[in-house]
Amino acid sequence: MRPGQFIGRGVFFVHHCPVGEKAKPMPQNVFAPWTDPQAKPLIRFENVTKRFGDFTAVDDLSVDIYEREFFALLGPSGCGKTTMMRMLAGFETPTSGTIMLDGKDISPVPPNKRSVNMMFQSYALFPHLTVYDNIAFGLKRDKLPAEQIDARVKEMLRLVQIERFAQRKPDQISGGQRQRVALARSLAKAPKLLLLDEPLSALDKKLRQDTQFELMDIQEKTGTTFVIVTHDQEEAMTVASRVAVMNFGKLIQVDTPTQIYEAPNSAYVADFIGDVNIIEGNATVDGERVLISWAEGQPDIIGTPAQPVAPGRVSFVIRPEKIAISSEKPTDRRNAVHGKVLDIAYLGNMSTYHVEMPDGTVIKATAANQRRRDSLPYTWEDPVWLSWTDTAGVVLAE
Amino acid sequence: MNLRRTSLIAVPYFWLGCLFLIPFLIVFKISLSDAALSIPPYTPKLELSEGWAGVRDMFSQFDFENFEFLATDDLYWKSYLSSVQIALISTFMCLLVGFPMAYGMARAPQVWQPTLMLMVILPFWTSFLIRVYSLIGILSQEGMLNQFLTWIGVISEPLTILNTNIAVYIGIVYTYLPFMILPIYATLIKLDGSLLEAAEDLGCSRTEAFWRITVPLSKAGIIAGCFLVFIPALGEFVIPSLLGGSETLMIGKVLYEEFFSNRDWPVASAVAVILLLILIVPIVLYQRNEQRLIEAEQ
Repeated sequence: MRPGQFIGRGVFFVHHCPVGEKAKPMPQNVFAPWTDPQAKPLIRFENVTKRFGDFTAVDDLSVDIYEREFFALLGPSGCGKTTMMRMLAGFETPTSGTIMLDGKDISPVPPNKRSVNMMFQSYALFPHLTVYDNIAFGLKRDKLPAEQIDARVKEMLRLVQIERFAQRKPDQISGGQRQRVALARSLAKAPKLLLLDEPLSALDKKLRQDTQFELMDIQEKTGTTFVIVTHDQEEAMTVASRVAVMNFGKLIQVDTPTQIYEAPNSAYVADFIGDVNIIEGNATVDGERVLISWAEGQPDIIGTPAQPVAPGRVSFVIRPEKIAISSEKPTDRRNAVHGKVLDIAYLGNMSTYHVEMPDGTVIKATAANQRRRDSLPYTWEDPVWLSWTDTAGVVLAE
Repeated sequence: MNLRRTSLIAVPYFWLGCLFLIPFLIVFKISLSDAALSIPPYTPKLELSEGWAGVRDMFSQFDFENFEFLATDDLYWKSYLSSVQIALISTFMCLLVGFPMAYGMARAPQVWQPTLMLMVILPFWTSFLIRVYSLIGILSQEGMLNQFLTWIGVISEPLTILNTNIAVYIGIVYTYLPFMILPIYATLIKLDGSLLEAAEDLGCSRTEAFWRITVPLSKAGIIAGCFLVFIPALGEFVIPSLLGGSETLMIGKVLYEEFFSNRDWPVASAVAVILLLILIVPIVLYQRNEQRLIEAEQ
């Protein structure tokens, strides 16, 4: 089994693992070169800083990206993710620090001499050339023999399934097809590294989801290293082998989608990815456990921190789907709080209950809708119990 | 609804009929007549007092003698040819000067662009004749150009520029440059910068990206600019007569001399009709280009 195949599977697993279950230890041949100290990275950022005037877009950033990885740069706009990508493509040069590709500093190499190709957010298809000629463009610059170019272009057309449109101009095909042409064009030269700048942002939601899986499939088939820039956390979680969450030019956390979701290292990451409850309080350490007092008249929250925390101010972070909702006080869970239903967000497959505590704090809990809406068990103003186990949440020192 | 549409379309046709078709028919009619010592100086004239017979009489006297004359005297076809040549060369020179200017304008910082645009249009605020006369002051033997070149020591003897074809070229390029710059600028400003980055990313050098992406994508603007310069330059009269010398042959000048020096209206009209026929080809081509441009934008 080729290592790339695991990327897709692993991600699939994230989405379908039952609530509350921790990521199981992966089998031995799992694709995770970042855990192997012997592995040589394809790309290495070493203390890279990029300033535009007095604005620091990328701030003293170091990260390794390995061959065959599908690496996602995730963050809000202006966080420096696009600048990082443009430095890899060669359109920007770092103010300080070095970027190594295959162990060589690539700063002096101009974009047209790098074995790095980019798929642009706008697709940047040449409007005066046909789909075929767009894909052949890079190959022709390499002065390859004509039959070799033809074979490669046809292979690319097949790969992204747009053979039928080969002789059309970009303005004669749909947005989804243009996206495929852009992908085929950037893959045609078989680059060591493919950069994707918000590749799916112009597609509608349904098409975007289908294309995400296709993108993973193509990445697996070609074995190319992909670096994707996106502000869509769902997209990053779906496609990537590792996600780097960025803000203000710094990497906040670089980890697998599972770890980013289940073990965020900061309230920022927890809040950025998915829905979350963040409860602030004072911690006292009790052996492996931590007791967090967070509101007067409420029992302390019992949590298990991943790393030992010092007593003092902490944030307790818990996902809504890890909180159970019931009308009776549960006996099997260590944490239970009582409140009344303030609001219900009905999403079809599940509902999110906003439950107000006596002190005014609102905690969100989601429950799958196993029955039809008219027979849902709780409604507005109902008194309910919220409960969770002592390992369900994450304790973060401030 | 239909009536409204018809009347809307009728307005431009009415203008075209009044301002182009009827004058053209009058000129065409004169070109079929013979010169005569009378007022107006040609015959036959329409004698409406004789009724239908007068009209028939006039038509029976029409002939193509003047067109045949144009073919026999080599002055005429040499002037046509020389006009086409001068118009082509000056169009090309306009392109050489205009494209870099348009490119520079399109690449300039956003805040500068309205100012640059204004500077291109500004000369139109002064009369065309005054600008051509001032060129005489610059290009003559004792003109500012010769004085300047002597002063910086490039030349010791003043150059003879005025009253040569070179002065005509300078005059045409100077006058028609904005017509070249503006359509090219309009296409370049729409050019998406990421296309050039994509070309570089795929292995083009900067120069190659320019030739493979920028030039093809500004083709429509280049074509429009070339026609906008070529068409008026071909029939240009003021510039060759003011700046050109005796050896400058341009059909506009010939036309003027036939009308006002020779008072041979029929021959002059024939010259004008042929000039129009020559111009129809580029005008039709220009219209086709414009049409394509509009379709491409939809």
